[in-house]
Amino acid sequence: MTAAKTILSMDMVSKSYGALKVTDALSLTLGEGEALGVIGPNGAGKSTMFNLIAGGVAPDEGKVFFDGKDITGMPPFERCKAGIGRSYQIPHPFEGMTVFENLLVGARFGGDLSEAQAYDRCVAVLDQTGLLPKANVRAGSLTLLERKRLEMARALSTNPRVLLLDEIAGGLTEQECHSLVETIQQIHASGTSIIWIEHIVHALVAVVSRLIVINFGAKIEEGEPKAVMESAAVREIYMGIEVDDAAA
Amino acid sequence: MADIPAYAVSRATRSSRIGMAIGLIVLIILATAPWWAGRADLRLLIEIFYYLALAQLWNLLAGYTGLVSVGQQAFVGLGGYTLFALAAFGGVNPLAAIALAGVVAAIFALPTAFLVFRLRGAYFAIGTWVVAEVYRLGFAQVSALGGGSGMSLPADVVRSIADGRQAREWLVYWVALIIVLAAMAIVYALLRSRQGLALTAIRDSEPASESLGVNTYRTKLVIYIAVAFATGLVGALIFLQKLRISPDAAFSVNDWTAFVIFIVVIGGIGRIEGPIIGVIVFFVLRELFVDFGAWYLMLLGAVAVVIMLLAPRGLWGLLTDRWDIQLFPVRRALVVKETKDSG
Ligand SMILES: Nc1ncnc2c1ncn2[C@@H]1O[C@H](COP(=O)(O)OP(=O)(O)OP(=O)(O)O)[C@@H](O)[C@H]1O
Ligand SMILES: [Mg+2]
Repeated sequence: MTAAKTILSMDMVSKSYGALKVTDALSLTLGEGEALGVIGPNGAGKSTMFNLIAGGVAPDEGKVFFDGKDITGMPPFERCKAGIGRSYQIPHPFEGMTVFENLLVGARFGGDLSEAQAYDRCVAVLDQTGLLPKANVRAGSLTLLERKRLEMARALSTNPRVLLLDEIAGGLTEQECHSLVETIQQIHASGTSIIWIEHIVHALVAVVSRLIVINFGAKIEEGEPKAVMESAAVREIYMGIEVDDAAA
Repeated sequence: MADIPAYAVSRATRSSRIGMAIGLIVLIILATAPWWAGRADLRLLIEIFYYLALAQLWNLLAGYTGLVSVGQQAFVGLGGYTLFALAAFGGVNPLAAIALAGVVAAIFALPTAFLVFRLRGAYFAIGTWVVAEVYRLGFAQVSALGGGSGMSLPADVVRSIADGRQAREWLVYWVALIIVLAAMAIVYALLRSRQGLALTAIRDSEPASESLGVNTYRTKLVIYIAVAFATGLVGALIFLQKLRISPDAAFSVNDWTAFVIFIVVIGGIGRIEGPIIGVIVFFVLRELFVDFGAWYLMLLGAVAVVIMLLAPRGLWGLLTDRWDIQLFPVRRALVVKETKDSG
């Protein structure tokens, strides 16, 4: 990998819920334009890591840096405006608003666009993510898969420099998964840096160039995807079963 | 991005255009009411207007920003007392004092907000109530304002409003109509604006709003203060009509919060149309149950429970489940003119 500028980093970040240490002295860096994959068993602290990056959860210790600035104390809305777009693993749609309006919130506020610019941006994102036919549907009446798609689209509407994707490929057919991978490749190709948490490893490795493994809140392995998947640590966690099967 | 499908965004719908036309006719009828309605009718209409205004304001606060206050009577009372104090002792024209009452309510809202915004959910609700009770007890101590038994608006102040009783009552009627129209217009304009997107988003998911760049704390604070301002204004109007004020009447949780919540919840919370439906139902029930005395409140409660069980999103929610109608078009519909040829 070329020595790209670091856009996002976590430095020795820890977070506990009561006695449970959910994030344990976690450090990571994301290069500008890089796509990073994250795997790890259920409850390992992957989504919590996103909350720490996006600001929904404050760390007990450690710091988070974005674009060279310490953002540890920054509220989530400012992190979004700065360029961090996140999707929720459990979708949080604005149920009473249409799909189009859901995206408009991101474009108008996170993206800081004018009404007319926001319309353009949202139509482009709807088109790119395949949600255009659903534009005027109330988000509350979407299926789970559509809601996950909306999570990604809404994050994109803010025009993020870093996109955080949390398990958006689960439950898709092979065909759908393939088109999702293409979409994410496009987003990546347009210059957006990505961190993608995903149990569907074959989809993940089609996009990312580096993989990290999280277990009990700590990073236990990191590197080139193939090498990581074959490492002893990963084999031990998944006890010899294929990771794709483990996700089912 | 380069190549996007041609589109247009439309905001009005057929039902909203019909709604606007009906609204205009109703408005003309109401504006001319002094010439065709009796004294008692005018009084009733004024009451309907201020309840509708209070309901729109509470709906904005609780239905959109999720700030479920049961202490809005604090601002009704502050508004009413400000009017009485300014008019009786400050020599301020009562109509001018209405606007100042809003300002005073907003000024008091700021420290109140810093206190109650630390509380969440039910604690917030109780906190707002406690603050309102503190105001009530506080005003009962002010002997210049009549202490616990309150005061009447001095006769010369009453005379200064307009020449003669009828002229005064007509004037108060039109002021009430203007205030409720302004409240509705402002809420509507707000919901259509950029801030309206944020408010509706906060209504549906606060964490997601924040993640998409909405400053939820500031949005809630601004709405809380603005709603306090307008509630103070309405409070001043209420007691200008009554010509008498007392701490128990001014800071009544029953009159200025319980009934208002009833109106919003049965009409449909978080929808601008909800309070309109709710206020109609409330006054129809009240006229029907007028002879039942104390039973009236219990009947009202029973109606509220039944409606909440059958229609959790209120009567307006029941209607919109069946038909896609909106009287006030706050939505943005995307009309895609052609899909581009994807290669
Ligand atoms: N707000 C909270 N309060 C208490 N415990 C929490 C909270 N949020 C998460 N946890 C716990 O922290 C642990 C890590 O949760 P997290 O959602 O980060 O895991 P994950 O790696 O994303 O798992 P999954 O693959 O199932 O999505 C879990 O044991 C979870 O129960
Ligand atoms: Mg998770």
